[in-house]
Formats: sequence, C-alpha cells, structure tokens
Amino acid sequence: MLIKRSPNGIDLPFSSEITPREVFEDRRRFIKQLALGSIAGSALWEMANREAFAQGVNPKLAAKLNPSYSALDKQTAYKDATTYNNFYEFGTDKGDPAENAHTLKTRPWTVSIEGEVKKPFTLDIDALLKLAPLEERVYRLRCVEGWSMVIPWVGYSLSEIIKKAEPTGNAKYVEFVTLADRKQMPGVGSRVLQWPYVEGLRMDEANHPLTLLTLGMYGETLPNQNGAPVRIVVPWKYGFKSAKSIVKIRFVKDQPRTAWNVSAPQEYGFYSNVNPNVDHPRWSQASERRIGEDGFLSRKRKTLMFNGYNDVASLYSGMDLKKFY
Amino acid sequence: MAFNPSPRQLSAIKALVFLLALVPFGKLVWLTVSEQLVEPLQYITRATGDWTLYFLCITLAVTPLRKLSKWNWVLKLRRMLGLYAFFYGLLHFTTFLWFDHFFDVQEMLKDVVKRPFITVGFIAFVLLIPLAVTSTNAMVKRLGGKRWLWLHRLVYVIAPLGVLHYWWMKAAKNDLGQPLLFVLIVAVLLGLRLWWARTRAGAPVRT
Repeated sequence: MLIKRSPNGIDLPFSSEITPREVFEDRRRFIKQLALGSIAGSALWEMANREAFAQGVNPKLAAKLNPSYSALDKQTAYKDATTYNNFYEFGTDKGDPAENAHTLKTRPWTVSIEGEVKKPFTLDIDALLKLAPLEERVYRLRCVEGWSMVIPWVGYSLSEIIKKAEPTGNAKYVEFVTLADRKQMPGVGSRVLQWPYVEGLRMDEANHPLTLLTLGMYGETLPNQNGAPVRIVVPWKYGFKSAKSIVKIRFVKDQPRTAWNVSAPQEYGFYSNVNPNVDHPRWSQASERRIGEDGFLSRKRKTLMFNGYNDVASLYSGMDLKKFY
Repeated sequence: MAFNPSPRQLSAIKALVFLLALVPFGKLVWLTVSEQLVEPLQYITRATGDWTLYFLCITLAVTPLRKLSKWNWVLKLRRMLGLYAFFYGLLHFTTFLWFDHFFDVQEMLKDVVKRPFITVGFIAFVLLIPLAVTSTNAMVKRLGGKRWLWLHRLVYVIAPLGVLHYWWMKAAKNDLGQPLLFVLIVAVLLGLRLWWARTRAGAPVRT
C-alpha cells in the first residue's frame, strides 16, 4: 500500500522537515561541479538553464499538504518536471513544450461547465482558484511510454466542481476539451492527433477524490508547458489521460472520443489505467524508469497496478481490464 | 576534370571523415556526462538508431556518388562509413539491451520474438555482423572477391529492414514524415543499382 493513511500523521514528512529546494539543488550542483572538475563552461551552462526554468518564476500558490493523498516517493526535480513534457500542441519532442509554450496566454481564461447538468456555468481562473480550498498532493505520474515522475500538484478534487454543476441522470461521462489555438500553439495543425485534444472519464472515475482539478505544482501556478492554467490529474491512469489547458468540462451520455484512442485505438484504450499486466503492443508496461533516479546503473522499477493507487480498484470490479485497457 | 586527391590528401580526407563520424557519438557522451539529458538512455537509443540509418544511407550512396561524379576515390571511404553504420547499430542494440532489459539476454530475446518492429531491427543488426567481421583486406582475400561481394550485398536487405523497423516504431503516431524520407532515399539508392544492373549488359560503365 503506497498511499500512506496515517490518522495521527506521525510517519508523514512535515513540510518543515523537507530540505528546501534551493539548498538541495545547491548541494547537488556543488557535487556535480566537483565531479566535473569544476569546468567553468559546464557550470555556466547549468546556471543558464537554471535561469530559464527556475522555480520562482511563476506566482506562488498557497496550499495545504493533504497527507492522505500524498506519496512518500522522492519528488522529481522541478527542472526535469518542467522540461521533459508530452504536450503535442507545442511539438512532439519532450523539450518542445518548455521551449515553445511561452506563447500560451493563460489570462484571461475561462472554463465552461456544460452538457448534461442542471446548472451550467463558466468560471474564470480567479473563480476557479477560489472554488474550493487548495490542497497540495504528491502524486506519482506514470507515462504510457514507460517513464515516471513524482510531482507535488496543487488543486482540489474535481468532484467539487461536479457537485456545483449538478449533473443530470444522463451524465455518464465527463469530457475535457482543451485549447487548440494555432496562434498560440505551434503544434496544433500537425497530423499526429485530432484537435482539440479531448480526454474523458467515466462519472465514477471523475468523482473519485483522487481525480484532481489542478492549478499549480511545486507551490506555484502551473508553468505553461505543464498545462497552464488548469488541467486534470488522474494519478492511476497513464499521463495522457490527464488533459492540459482545459477550456470545457462537458458532461455527456456517451463515452467521449478521446484523442489517443481515436488516433491509435489498438494501442490506447479509453480507460488506460496503469496496468503492469497489459502490455502496450510495442513495449512492456511491467516496469518503468523513474526520472532522475533510475539511470545507467539500475534496473527499471516494477510498475504497480493502478500506479499504486489501489483505492480505485473497486471502480473496475468485474471488468476485464485486458479487454478494457 | 574529376577531383583526384593525392595519397596524402586522401589520408587527410579519411581522417576528417573519421572524426566527423565520431561527432554524434561525442555529442552523446558530452550530453550524458554533463547531465543535460532528462532520460539519457531513451535519448541515446533514439539518436544511435537515427545515426545507424544515416550511415547505412551514406554508405549506400558511395557507389552512386562515384558513378555520377566520377570520383573513384570515394570508394576508399566506403569501408569506414559501413563500419560506422555498424558502430552506431551496435550502440543502438547495446542501449536497447541496457535500457529495456538491463542486460537480461533472455528477457531481451523474448522481446525480440514478441514485437515485430524489434524482430526486424534485430535481424538487421545481426546481418550487419558478418559484414563488419569480413571488412578487413585479409578477409576479402580469404573469401575471394566474388564471394565477398555477394556477402556484402546483404546491405541491400539490411537497409530496407532498418527502415521498416523505424517505420513500425513510428507508425502508431501518424508521424511518418521521417520514415517516409528514409524510404525514398533507400528506394532511390537501391533503384539506381537496379537501373545500372539492367543497362550494364549493353554499355559498360565508363569510369
């Protein structure tokens, strides 16, 4: 069981015990420089990189750690989490989003909640930020490509919004429609996927408290390349299920036609739960490489069923997960 | 008219090509050692795969270049270029064995059997081995020119297999621009040979 649920909180790390990022990074840099013989060029290079992707560039976002929904795994370095992204609207290379996403305008931004609901409404970002108390949750993120990260997100359960919208009996699924604006997103228009990028969840999945409406990470608002200003994070599913830069949350009767499922149905199912027993046609899903940890000298680590979030197993009881991959 | 380097010039050209061909490798080493890669093994797998295909194409381009430009001396670079294709292919295979299987050969072989795109890539790599092994002058002598030539025509199979490997790897992402480019290049390079083989009977190729 990897989600620690300790009522007294004794075995959980308090934020005061966590080494501040600057200190930690500084230490690492120091060691690195020693190892490299303090080559001036490389040090300069590192510093230049740190400038561009440093934490502290985006506004701070105050949130209280929710220990019941926080993994104790070592967190991925901010720089790795913000420079190694799949966000095809900005290009298909992992480095493209960090390079290109500065053109995304995240304000003003509205999200419309619509479809099979009694109370459709539209919210701007400020309203979204105030809709429910912000929590920090440290989730494992498992990419379908076989790598993983551990990221402290800031947000609240999507169910807070669902409650306010009051879905009708017809609402069986939630569809996330994301921004597709060629002017801001150079990758839109490429033939790799259909635009806009659409993702979706079954109602019970969307209502599960782990499903996080996300507005920030590492204590700050989301960097553009990570799906600013608002995205979804579903930690027990492969990363592509967690739609970025959302403009519409639609409640619908039929299973949404999700982007990757439309593009390659034999490779990416609607459910796409993290599952070590169901291989991708082109590679095994039994193991994964944790970014920043599993390197040249270690075997990949075992992938856990539902990415270790066993709480959600009951959502799929009686379902053949080999069939509904 | 045709450029014809002196032995000294040729040595210099060879040295230059040798060093240039090492640049991609040097870049990989540098990016890895200076920790600029978020996922180094993944990056190395991709880059070495790309460079294997580049060198296969470059090697296959030597003969057409020689015929079209009348630069007979380019033939003297062919062995080195072919060996570089093998070098990057070996690195590519090694990172696959390392990255995907952490040197568990049995697991690796299971993967080879199970996934067609790996099967094809693996066959292409295995076929490259005899070519690399028989690349020395002594081996040419031992085999005899004719047999050696026939053996080395394996490259006409290897290159398409390599491209197919890449094609299948990319197929699912509707991202076939690059594989298509390789298909075209290899088709032209092999097509020229077919064309010349047909016309050779009538008029001998002047050099």
